Amino acid sequence: MARALISVPAKAVRGEIIAIKALVSHHMETGFRHSTTGELIARDIITSFVCRYNGEEIFRADLFPATAANPFVAFYTRATESGTIVFEWTGDNGFSVTEQAAISVE
Amino acid sequence: MSGRDLPFVTRRRILKAAAALTVGGGALQIVRSAESTPATMQAAIRTIVGENQINTGKVTLDIPPLVENGNTVACSVTVDSPMTPSDYVKAIHIFNEKNPQPNVIGVHLGPRAGRARFSTRIRLADTQRVIAIAQLSDGSFWSDSVDVVITLGACLEDS
Amino acid sequence: MVMAALAGVASPVAAGEIPANARRSSYDLMSRESQAMQDDDDANPGMLWVLEGKALWRLKTGAADKACLDCHGEASISMRGVATRYPAFDGERQQALDLARRINLCRKEYQNATALPYESKELLALTTYVARQSRGLPIADPAADARLQPFIDAGRQTFNRRQGQLNLSCAQCHDDNWDKQLAGNPVTQGQVTGYPLYRLEWQGLGSLQRRMRNCMVGMRAEPFDYGASEFVDLELFMTWRSRGLAIETPAVRP
Repeated sequence: MARALISVPAKAVRGEIIAIKALVSHHMETGFRHSTTGELIARDIITSFVCRYNGEEIFRADLFPATAANPFVAFYTRATESGTIVFEWTGDNGFSVTEQAAISVE
Repeated sequence: MSGRDLPFVTRRRILKAAAALTVGGGALQIVRSAESTPATMQAAIRTIVGENQINTGKVTLDIPPLVENGNTVACSVTVDSPMTPSDYVKAIHIFNEKNPQPNVIGVHLGPRAGRARFSTRIRLADTQRVIAIAQLSDGSFWSDSVDVVITLGACLEDS
Repeated sequence: MVMAALAGVASPVAAGEIPANARRSSYDLMSRESQAMQDDDDANPGMLWVLEGKALWRLKTGAADKACLDCHGEASISMRGVATRYPAFDGERQQALDLARRINLCRKEYQNATALPYESKELLALTTYVARQSRGLPIADPAADARLQPFIDAGRQTFNRRQGQLNLSCAQCHDDNWDKQLAGNPVTQGQVTGYPLYRLEWQGLGSLQRRMRNCMVGMRAEPFDYGASEFVDLELFMTWRSRGLAIETPAVRP
Protein backbone atom coordinates (compact mmCIF):
# COMPACT_ATOMS: atom_id res chain seq x y z
CA MET A 1 0.00 0.00 0.00
CA ALA A 2 1.41 3.38 -0.96
CA ARG A 3 2.65 4.66 2.34
CA ALA A 4 2.55 8.43 2.15
CA LEU A 5 1.84 11.41 -0.04
CA ILE A 6 3.81 14.59 0.63
CA SER A 7 3.49 17.99 -0.97
CA VAL A 8 6.37 20.45 -0.87
CA PRO A 9 6.92 23.22 -3.44
CA ALA A 10 9.82 22.26 -5.69
CA LYS A 11 11.10 25.84 -5.75
CA ALA A 12 10.82 28.79 -3.41
CA VAL A 13 12.25 32.24 -2.81
CA ARG A 14 14.51 32.66 0.24
CA GLY A 15 12.45 33.74 3.23
CA GLU A 16 9.13 32.86 1.58
CA ILE A 17 6.61 31.07 3.82
CA ILE A 18 5.69 27.79 2.11
CA ALA A 19 2.80 25.40 2.76
CA ILE A 20 3.58 21.73 3.36
CA LYS A 21 1.06 18.88 3.34
CA ALA A 22 1.56 15.30 4.44
CA LEU A 23 -0.85 12.35 4.18
CA VAL A 24 0.10 8.91 5.49
CA SER A 25 -1.69 5.57 5.12
CA HIS A 26 -2.62 4.15 8.55
CA HIS A 27 -5.83 2.77 10.04
CA MET A 28 -5.29 4.49 13.43
CA GLU A 29 -7.04 1.75 15.40
CA THR A 30 -8.22 3.61 18.50
CA GLY A 31 -8.07 0.84 21.08
CA PHE A 32 -11.66 1.61 22.10
CA ARG A 33 -13.49 -0.59 19.61
CA HIS A 34 -14.70 -4.15 20.20
CA SER A 35 -14.73 -7.05 17.77
CA THR A 36 -17.97 -8.83 16.90
CA THR A 37 -17.11 -11.39 19.60
CA GLY A 38 -16.75 -8.67 22.23
CA GLU A 39 -12.96 -8.51 22.54
CA LEU A 40 -11.23 -5.17 22.72
CA ILE A 41 -9.29 -4.45 19.52
CA ALA A 42 -5.81 -3.34 20.57
CA ARG A 43 -4.68 0.22 19.93
CA ASP A 44 -2.47 0.63 16.87
CA ILE A 45 -1.81 4.26 16.02
CA ILE A 46 0.86 6.63 14.80
CA THR A 47 2.05 8.50 17.89
CA SER A 48 4.52 10.97 16.43
CA PHE A 49 5.13 12.94 13.24
CA VAL A 50 8.34 14.94 12.82
CA CYS A 51 9.42 17.09 9.91
CA ARG A 52 13.06 18.16 9.51
CA TYR A 53 14.48 20.67 7.05
CA ASN A 54 18.17 19.97 6.38
CA GLY A 55 18.27 18.16 9.69
CA GLU A 56 16.58 20.85 11.78
CA GLU A 57 13.15 20.12 13.25
CA ILE A 58 10.55 22.51 11.82
CA PHE A 59 7.35 20.80 12.92
CA ARG A 60 6.39 18.05 15.33
CA ALA A 61 3.03 16.56 16.25
CA ASP A 62 2.05 14.17 19.04
CA LEU A 63 -0.84 12.07 17.73
CA PHE A 64 -3.57 10.31 19.74
CA PRO A 65 -6.43 7.94 18.84
CA ALA A 66 -8.46 11.09 18.12
CA THR A 67 -6.55 11.62 14.89
CA ALA A 68 -8.61 10.38 11.93
CA ALA A 69 -7.44 7.36 9.90
CA ASN A 70 -4.94 8.12 7.14
CA PRO A 71 -3.57 11.07 9.13
CA PHE A 72 -3.30 14.36 7.32
CA VAL A 73 -1.47 17.46 8.44
CA ALA A 74 -0.78 20.78 6.73
CA PHE A 75 1.62 23.37 8.15
CA TYR A 76 4.02 26.15 7.19
CA THR A 77 7.72 26.89 7.25
CA ARG A 78 10.10 29.50 5.89
CA ALA A 79 12.16 28.48 2.87
CA THR A 80 15.64 29.18 4.18
CA GLU A 81 17.97 27.25 1.84
CA SER A 82 17.99 24.50 -0.75
CA GLY A 83 18.04 20.98 0.57
CA THR A 84 15.93 18.11 1.77
CA ILE A 85 12.79 18.07 3.85
CA VAL A 86 12.34 14.77 5.67
CA PHE A 87 9.02 13.46 7.03
CA GLU A 88 9.02 10.76 9.69
CA TRP A 89 6.04 8.98 11.19
CA THR A 90 6.48 6.54 14.11
CA GLY A 91 3.95 4.65 16.15
CA ASP A 92 2.74 1.50 17.89
CA ASN A 93 4.05 -1.93 16.92
CA GLY A 94 7.26 -0.48 15.52
CA PHE A 95 5.54 1.55 12.83
CA SER A 96 8.01 3.74 11.00
CA VAL A 97 7.68 5.49 7.64
CA THR A 98 10.05 8.08 6.24
CA GLU A 99 9.59 10.17 3.10
CA GLN A 100 11.55 13.10 1.77
CA ALA A 101 11.32 15.86 -0.80
CA ALA A 102 13.90 18.17 -2.29
CA ILE A 103 13.45 21.91 -2.33
CA SER A 104 15.39 24.46 -4.36
CA VAL A 105 15.60 27.93 -2.78
CA GLU A 106 16.87 30.99 -4.64
CA MET B 1 -32.36 4.11 30.86
CA SER B 2 -31.99 1.07 33.01
CA GLY B 3 -29.16 -0.71 34.80
CA ARG B 4 -30.92 -3.94 33.88
CA ASP B 5 -29.93 -3.45 30.27
CA LEU B 6 -26.15 -3.68 30.87
CA PRO B 7 -23.98 -4.79 29.07
CA PHE B 8 -26.23 -4.02 26.08
CA VAL B 9 -26.53 -0.37 26.95
CA THR B 10 -24.33 1.64 24.62
CA ARG B 11 -21.96 4.29 25.90
CA ARG B 12 -24.07 6.95 24.23
CA ARG B 13 -27.08 5.99 26.34
CA ILE B 14 -24.97 6.01 29.48
CA LEU B 15 -23.71 9.52 28.67
CA LYS B 16 -27.26 10.76 28.19
CA ALA B 17 -28.35 9.12 31.44
CA ALA B 18 -25.42 10.57 33.34
CA ALA B 19 -26.24 14.03 32.05
CA ALA B 20 -29.79 13.65 33.35
CA LEU B 21 -28.60 12.42 36.76
CA THR B 22 -25.99 15.09 37.35
CA VAL B 23 -28.44 17.94 36.70
CA GLY B 24 -29.39 17.89 40.39
CA GLY B 25 -26.04 19.26 41.58
CA GLY B 26 -23.68 16.43 40.75
CA ALA B 27 -24.46 14.38 43.84
CA LEU B 28 -24.87 11.20 41.82
CA GLN B 29 -22.23 10.22 39.29
CA ILE B 30 -21.99 7.13 37.11
CA VAL B 31 -18.36 6.14 36.84
CA ARG B 32 -17.41 5.67 33.22
CA SER B 33 -14.00 4.14 32.92
CA ALA B 34 -11.54 5.43 30.32
CA GLU B 35 -13.84 8.16 29.05
CA SER B 36 -13.29 11.86 28.85
CA THR B 37 -15.50 14.22 30.82
CA PRO B 38 -15.23 17.96 31.24
CA ALA B 39 -13.29 17.18 34.45
CA THR B 40 -10.72 14.87 32.84
CA MET B 41 -10.34 17.37 30.02
CA GLN B 42 -9.53 20.07 32.59
CA ALA B 43 -7.00 17.74 34.19
CA ALA B 44 -5.35 17.08 30.82
CA ILE B 45 -5.23 20.83 30.17
CA ARG B 46 -3.64 21.46 33.57
CA THR B 47 -0.90 18.95 32.74
CA ILE B 48 0.16 21.27 29.93
CA VAL B 49 -0.71 24.65 31.43
CA GLY B 50 0.06 24.08 35.09
CA GLU B 51 -1.22 26.88 37.33
CA ASN B 52 -0.88 29.51 34.59
CA GLN B 53 -3.79 31.58 33.47
CA ILE B 54 -5.42 30.73 30.17
CA ASN B 55 -6.31 33.88 28.24
CA THR B 56 -8.96 34.08 25.54
CA GLY B 57 -7.87 35.63 22.28
CA LYS B 58 -5.17 35.30 19.62
CA VAL B 59 -6.27 31.74 18.83
CA THR B 60 -8.85 30.74 16.23
CA LEU B 61 -10.05 27.13 16.23
CA ASP B 62 -11.77 26.34 12.94
CA ILE B 63 -14.09 23.35 13.03
CA PRO B 64 -17.39 23.20 11.13
CA PRO B 65 -20.21 23.66 13.70
CA LEU B 66 -22.19 20.82 12.11
CA VAL B 67 -20.28 17.72 11.07
CA GLU B 68 -21.48 15.02 8.65
CA ASN B 69 -19.32 12.26 10.04
CA GLY B 70 -17.39 12.31 13.32
CA ASN B 71 -14.80 9.89 11.91
CA THR B 72 -13.04 12.59 9.92
CA VAL B 73 -13.50 16.21 10.95
CA ALA B 74 -11.42 18.91 9.25
CA CYS B 75 -9.86 21.11 11.89
CA SER B 76 -7.46 24.10 11.76
CA VAL B 77 -5.88 26.29 14.39
CA THR B 78 -4.43 29.73 13.66
CA VAL B 79 -2.62 31.86 16.25
CA ASP B 80 -2.06 35.56 15.75
CA SER B 81 1.73 35.79 16.19
CA PRO B 82 4.61 37.46 14.31
CA MET B 83 6.63 34.21 14.60
CA THR B 84 9.95 35.96 15.20
CA PRO B 85 12.75 34.47 17.34
CA SER B 86 11.64 36.67 20.25
CA ASP B 87 7.87 36.27 19.85
CA TYR B 88 6.52 33.00 18.55
CA VAL B 89 4.14 30.12 19.27
CA LYS B 90 5.87 27.16 20.90
CA ALA B 91 3.02 24.69 20.92
CA ILE B 92 -0.67 24.24 20.17
CA HIS B 93 -2.71 21.56 21.94
CA ILE B 94 -6.25 20.48 21.18
CA PHE B 95 -8.51 18.89 23.79
CA ASN B 96 -12.03 17.50 23.78
CA GLU B 97 -14.77 16.75 26.30
CA LYS B 98 -16.47 13.53 25.23
CA ASN B 99 -14.13 11.28 23.28
CA PRO B 100 -12.79 8.27 25.20
CA GLN B 101 -9.78 10.36 26.12
CA PRO B 102 -9.20 14.13 26.34
CA ASN B 103 -6.15 14.73 24.10
CA VAL B 104 -6.63 15.26 20.39
CA ILE B 105 -3.24 16.46 19.12
CA GLY B 106 -0.20 18.37 20.33
CA VAL B 107 1.79 20.39 17.81
CA HIS B 108 5.25 21.90 18.39
CA LEU B 109 6.39 24.89 16.37
CA GLY B 110 9.21 27.39 16.39
CA PRO B 111 10.04 30.75 14.80
CA ARG B 112 10.99 28.97 11.55
CA ALA B 113 7.32 28.17 11.00
CA GLY B 114 6.68 31.64 9.64
CA ARG B 115 2.97 31.19 10.29
CA ALA B 116 1.36 29.76 13.42
CA ARG B 117 -1.26 27.68 11.66
CA PHE B 118 -1.86 24.02 11.02
CA SER B 119 -4.68 21.81 9.74
CA THR B 120 -5.50 18.20 10.42
CA ARG B 121 -8.43 15.78 10.55
CA ILE B 122 -9.72 14.51 13.87
CA ARG B 123 -12.29 12.13 15.30
CA LEU B 124 -15.14 13.37 17.46
CA ALA B 125 -17.26 10.78 19.24
CA ASP B 126 -20.24 12.94 20.07
CA THR B 127 -21.57 16.47 20.07
CA GLN B 128 -19.13 18.30 22.37
CA ARG B 129 -16.83 21.22 23.04
CA VAL B 130 -13.35 21.22 21.52
CA ILE B 131 -10.64 23.51 22.94
CA ALA B 132 -7.34 24.69 21.40
CA ILE B 133 -4.63 26.08 23.67
CA ALA B 134 -1.53 27.86 22.38
CA GLN B 135 1.65 28.27 24.39
CA LEU B 136 3.68 31.35 23.48
CA SER B 137 7.43 31.89 23.81
CA ASP B 138 6.81 34.34 26.66
CA GLY B 139 5.19 31.54 28.66
CA SER B 140 1.61 32.79 28.26
CA PHE B 141 -1.33 30.57 27.28
CA TRP B 142 -4.20 31.51 24.99
CA SER B 143 -7.26 29.54 23.94
CA ASP B 144 -10.34 29.26 21.75
CA SER B 145 -13.17 26.74 21.82
CA VAL B 146 -15.91 25.54 19.49
CA ASP B 147 -19.12 23.62 20.25
CA VAL B 148 -19.47 20.98 17.53
CA VAL B 149 -22.64 19.05 16.64
CA ILE B 150 -21.96 15.55 15.32
CA THR B 151 -24.62 13.72 13.34
CA LEU B 152 -22.71 10.43 13.19
CA GLY B 153 -20.13 9.80 15.90
CA ALA B 154 -16.74 8.12 15.88
CA CYS B 155 -14.90 5.77 18.26
CA LEU B 156 -17.93 4.25 19.99
CA GLU B 157 -19.57 2.54 17.00
CA ASP B 158 -18.42 -0.80 15.67
CA SER B 159 -18.35 -0.77 11.89
CA MET C 1 -42.71 8.03 9.58
CA VAL C 2 -40.45 7.46 6.59
CA MET C 3 -42.37 4.30 5.72
CA ALA C 4 -45.73 6.06 5.95
CA ALA C 5 -44.48 8.77 3.63
CA LEU C 6 -43.11 6.29 1.12
CA ALA C 7 -45.98 3.79 1.26
CA GLY C 8 -48.13 6.00 -0.92
CA VAL C 9 -45.55 6.19 -3.74
CA ALA C 10 -46.36 4.16 -6.84
CA SER C 11 -43.43 1.89 -7.55
CA PRO C 12 -42.51 0.80 -11.06
CA VAL C 13 -40.45 1.99 -14.05
CA ALA C 14 -39.93 5.65 -15.00
CA ALA C 15 -42.60 6.95 -12.60
CA GLY C 16 -40.16 8.85 -10.40
CA GLU C 17 -37.08 9.17 -12.64
CA ILE C 18 -35.11 12.33 -12.05
CA PRO C 19 -35.36 14.69 -15.06
CA ALA C 20 -32.07 14.79 -16.98
CA ASN C 21 -31.29 18.42 -16.15
CA ALA C 22 -32.06 17.97 -12.43
CA ARG C 23 -29.42 15.28 -11.96
CA ARG C 24 -26.65 16.15 -9.56
CA SER C 25 -23.68 14.37 -8.09
CA SER C 26 -23.74 13.85 -4.33
CA TYR C 27 -20.74 16.20 -4.30
CA ASP C 28 -23.21 19.09 -4.37
CA LEU C 29 -24.92 17.87 -1.20
CA MET C 30 -21.74 17.53 0.87
CA SER C 31 -20.30 20.05 3.28
CA ARG C 32 -17.69 22.52 2.04
CA GLU C 33 -15.08 20.72 4.10
CA SER C 34 -15.78 17.34 2.46
CA GLN C 35 -15.74 19.00 -0.97
CA ALA C 36 -12.37 20.57 -0.16
CA MET C 37 -11.02 17.17 0.90
CA GLN C 38 -12.04 15.72 -2.47
CA ASP C 39 -10.75 18.63 -4.55
CA ASP C 40 -7.21 18.71 -3.17
CA ASP C 41 -5.10 15.84 -4.55
CA ASP C 42 -2.59 16.45 -1.75
CA ALA C 43 -5.25 15.93 0.91
CA ASN C 44 -7.68 13.43 -0.70
CA PRO C 45 -7.11 10.10 1.13
CA GLY C 46 -8.28 8.25 -2.01
CA MET C 47 -5.06 9.39 -3.67
CA LEU C 48 -3.14 6.89 -1.49
CA TRP C 49 -4.92 4.15 -3.44
CA VAL C 50 -4.26 5.91 -6.75
CA LEU C 51 -0.58 6.02 -5.83
CA GLU C 52 -0.64 2.33 -4.97
CA GLY C 53 -2.44 1.59 -8.25
CA LYS C 54 0.27 3.47 -10.13
CA ALA C 55 2.92 1.25 -8.54
CA LEU C 56 0.94 -1.93 -9.26
CA TRP C 57 0.49 -0.85 -12.90
CA ARG C 58 4.24 -1.04 -13.26
CA LEU C 59 4.78 -4.22 -11.28
CA LYS C 60 5.66 -7.35 -13.24
CA THR C 61 3.48 -10.16 -11.95
CA GLY C 62 2.13 -13.63 -12.67
CA ALA C 63 3.75 -16.55 -14.47
CA ALA C 64 4.04 -14.37 -17.57
CA ASP C 65 6.06 -11.85 -15.51
CA LYS C 66 4.37 -8.91 -17.18
CA ALA C 67 3.20 -5.55 -15.93
CA CYS C 68 0.05 -3.73 -17.10
CA LEU C 69 2.53 -1.14 -18.39
CA ASP C 70 4.08 -3.65 -20.79
CA CYS C 71 0.88 -4.01 -22.86
CA HIS C 72 -0.96 -0.78 -22.11
CA GLY C 73 1.87 1.73 -21.79
CA GLU C 74 1.25 4.80 -19.66
CA ALA C 75 -2.22 4.63 -18.12
CA SER C 76 -2.65 8.39 -18.44
CA ILE C 77 -2.82 7.83 -22.20
CA SER C 78 -4.21 4.34 -22.75
CA MET C 79 -6.77 4.36 -19.93
CA ARG C 80 -8.10 7.85 -20.55
CA GLY C 81 -11.83 7.53 -21.17
CA VAL C 82 -11.95 3.81 -20.40
CA ALA C 83 -13.87 4.10 -17.11
CA THR C 84 -16.56 6.19 -18.85
CA ARG C 85 -17.42 3.11 -20.89
CA TYR C 86 -17.73 0.59 -18.05
CA PRO C 87 -19.52 -1.70 -17.30
CA ALA C 88 -18.94 -2.88 -20.87
CA PHE C 89 -20.15 -5.74 -23.02
CA ASP C 90 -17.70 -8.60 -23.43
CA GLY C 91 -18.37 -10.27 -26.79
CA GLU C 92 -16.40 -13.37 -25.90
CA ARG C 93 -18.38 -14.10 -22.76
CA GLN C 94 -21.65 -12.49 -23.94
CA GLN C 95 -21.81 -10.73 -20.58
CA ALA C 96 -21.56 -7.29 -19.04
CA LEU C 97 -18.29 -6.80 -17.14
CA ASP C 98 -17.45 -4.17 -14.59
CA LEU C 99 -13.97 -2.64 -14.47
CA ALA C 100 -12.78 -4.78 -11.54
CA ARG C 101 -13.73 -7.98 -13.31
CA ARG C 102 -12.09 -6.76 -16.52
CA ILE C 103 -8.86 -6.17 -14.63
CA ASN C 104 -8.99 -9.64 -13.11
CA LEU C 105 -9.65 -11.23 -16.52
CA CYS C 106 -6.65 -9.38 -17.92
CA ARG C 107 -4.52 -10.68 -15.07
CA LYS C 108 -5.59 -14.25 -15.78
CA GLU C 109 -5.32 -14.12 -19.57
CA TYR C 110 -2.28 -11.94 -20.15
CA GLN C 111 -0.28 -11.99 -16.93
CA ASN C 112 -1.08 -15.58 -15.95
CA ALA C 113 -1.76 -14.26 -12.49
CA THR C 114 -4.45 -15.14 -9.97
CA ALA C 115 -7.55 -13.00 -9.69
CA LEU C 116 -7.41 -10.36 -6.95
CA PRO C 117 -10.17 -10.79 -4.34
CA TYR C 118 -13.05 -8.32 -4.48
CA GLU C 119 -12.48 -5.35 -2.18
CA SER C 120 -8.81 -6.23 -1.72
CA LYS C 121 -6.42 -3.27 -1.47
CA GLU C 122 -4.72 -4.26 -4.72
CA LEU C 123 -7.89 -4.59 -6.79
CA LEU C 124 -9.24 -1.33 -5.39
CA ALA C 125 -5.92 0.38 -6.09
CA LEU C 126 -5.83 -0.73 -9.72
CA THR C 127 -9.53 0.03 -10.32
CA THR C 128 -9.20 3.48 -8.75
CA TYR C 129 -6.02 4.22 -10.68
CA VAL C 130 -7.67 3.30 -13.99
CA ALA C 131 -10.89 5.20 -13.21
CA ARG C 132 -8.85 8.22 -12.12
CA GLN C 133 -7.56 8.55 -15.69
CA SER C 134 -11.11 9.49 -16.73
CA ARG C 135 -11.58 12.16 -14.08
CA GLY C 136 -13.58 15.06 -15.48
CA LEU C 137 -14.83 13.10 -18.49
CA PRO C 138 -18.59 12.51 -18.94
CA ILE C 139 -19.94 9.01 -18.34
CA ALA C 140 -20.92 7.48 -21.69
CA ASP C 141 -24.48 6.26 -22.28
CA PRO C 142 -24.29 2.45 -21.99
CA ALA C 143 -27.58 2.12 -23.94
CA ALA C 144 -25.66 3.22 -27.03
CA ASP C 145 -24.48 -0.39 -27.14
CA ALA C 146 -27.68 -2.32 -27.88
CA ARG C 147 -26.16 -5.53 -26.53
CA LEU C 148 -26.21 -3.97 -23.06
CA GLN C 149 -29.94 -3.20 -23.10
CA PRO C 150 -31.09 -6.47 -21.47
CA PHE C 151 -28.62 -5.96 -18.62
CA ILE C 152 -29.64 -2.32 -18.14
CA ASP C 153 -33.27 -3.42 -18.03
CA ALA C 154 -32.49 -6.12 -15.46
CA GLY C 155 -30.72 -3.48 -13.36
CA ARG C 156 -33.67 -1.10 -13.70
CA GLN C 157 -36.01 -3.81 -12.41
CA THR C 158 -33.81 -4.37 -9.35
CA PHE C 159 -33.60 -0.62 -8.72
CA ASN C 160 -37.38 -0.25 -8.80
CA ARG C 161 -38.25 -3.44 -6.96
CA ARG C 162 -39.32 -3.27 -3.31
CA GLN C 163 -37.16 -5.53 -1.21
CA GLY C 164 -36.17 -6.48 2.30
CA GLN C 165 -37.94 -6.18 5.62
CA LEU C 166 -38.60 -2.48 5.06
CA ASN C 167 -40.14 -3.24 1.66
CA LEU C 168 -38.31 -0.33 0.11
CA SER C 169 -36.97 0.07 -3.41
CA CYS C 170 -33.83 2.04 -4.31
CA ALA C 171 -36.05 4.33 -6.40
CA GLN C 172 -38.22 5.35 -3.48
CA CYS C 173 -35.28 7.09 -1.81
CA HIS C 174 -32.98 7.98 -4.67
CA ASP C 175 -35.51 8.95 -7.37
CA ASP C 176 -38.40 10.18 -5.22
CA ASN C 177 -36.84 11.64 -2.06
CA TRP C 178 -33.26 12.56 -2.92
CA ASP C 179 -33.74 16.18 -1.88
CA LYS C 180 -34.82 15.23 1.63
CA GLN C 181 -32.94 14.02 4.69
CA LEU C 182 -32.81 10.70 6.51
CA ALA C 183 -31.56 10.73 10.10
CA GLY C 184 -29.92 14.10 9.61
CA ASN C 185 -28.06 13.23 6.42
CA PRO C 186 -29.01 14.05 2.80
CA VAL C 187 -30.54 11.09 0.93
CA THR C 188 -28.74 11.95 -2.40
CA GLN C 189 -29.63 10.84 -5.92
CA GLY C 190 -27.22 7.90 -5.76
CA GLN C 191 -25.23 8.98 -8.82
CA VAL C 192 -22.17 6.81 -9.41
CA THR C 193 -19.69 9.40 -10.62
CA GLY C 194 -17.00 8.94 -7.95
CA TYR C 195 -16.37 5.24 -7.49
CA PRO C 196 -14.26 3.69 -6.08
CA LEU C 197 -14.40 6.35 -3.39
CA TYR C 198 -13.10 7.22 0.08
CA ARG C 199 -15.99 7.05 2.51
CA LEU C 200 -15.49 8.78 5.86
CA GLU C 201 -17.76 6.15 7.45
CA TRP C 202 -15.40 3.37 6.26
CA GLN C 203 -12.29 5.43 6.94
CA GLY C 204 -11.12 3.76 3.79
CA LEU C 205 -11.71 3.43 0.09
CA GLY C 206 -14.29 1.03 -1.31
CA SER C 207 -16.20 0.02 -4.41
CA LEU C 208 -19.75 0.73 -5.56
CA GLN C 209 -20.60 -2.86 -4.68
CA ARG C 210 -19.48 -2.31 -1.09
CA ARG C 211 -21.66 0.79 -0.90
CA MET C 212 -24.65 -1.02 -2.35
CA ARG C 213 -24.18 -3.88 0.11
CA ASN C 214 -24.28 -1.27 2.91
CA CYS C 215 -27.50 0.11 1.41
CA MET C 216 -29.10 -3.31 1.11
CA VAL C 217 -28.23 -4.20 4.71
CA GLY C 218 -29.63 -0.81 5.73
CA MET C 219 -32.87 -1.69 3.96
CA ARG C 220 -32.84 -5.04 5.79
CA ALA C 221 -32.55 -6.90 2.50
CA GLU C 222 -30.20 -9.79 1.76
CA PRO C 223 -27.22 -8.19 0.01
CA PHE C 224 -25.94 -9.68 -3.24
CA ASP C 225 -22.49 -11.28 -3.09
CA TYR C 226 -19.50 -9.37 -4.39
CA GLY C 227 -19.17 -9.99 -8.10
CA ALA C 228 -22.78 -11.15 -8.48
CA SER C 229 -24.30 -10.56 -11.90
CA GLU C 230 -27.17 -8.73 -10.15
CA PHE C 231 -24.62 -6.16 -9.03
CA VAL C 232 -23.20 -5.72 -12.50
CA ASP C 233 -26.71 -5.23 -13.90
CA LEU C 234 -27.51 -2.74 -11.17
CA GLU C 235 -24.23 -0.89 -11.72
CA LEU C 236 -25.00 -0.76 -15.43
CA PHE C 237 -28.42 0.74 -14.78
CA MET C 238 -26.95 3.24 -12.33
CA THR C 239 -24.30 4.14 -14.90
CA TRP C 240 -27.11 4.77 -17.40
CA ARG C 241 -28.77 6.98 -14.75
CA SER C 242 -25.52 8.92 -14.37
CA ARG C 243 -24.83 9.23 -18.13
CA GLY C 244 -23.35 12.58 -19.02
CA LEU C 245 -22.22 13.40 -15.49
CA ALA C 246 -18.46 13.78 -15.00
CA ILE C 247 -16.34 11.13 -13.33
CA GLU C 248 -14.90 12.26 -9.96
CA THR C 249 -12.86 9.22 -8.94
CA PRO C 250 -11.55 9.08 -6.28
CA ALA C 251 -14.46 10.94 -4.66
CA VAL C 252 -14.80 11.61 -0.93
CA ARG C 253 -18.17 11.00 0.70
CA PRO C 254 -19.45 11.01 4.29
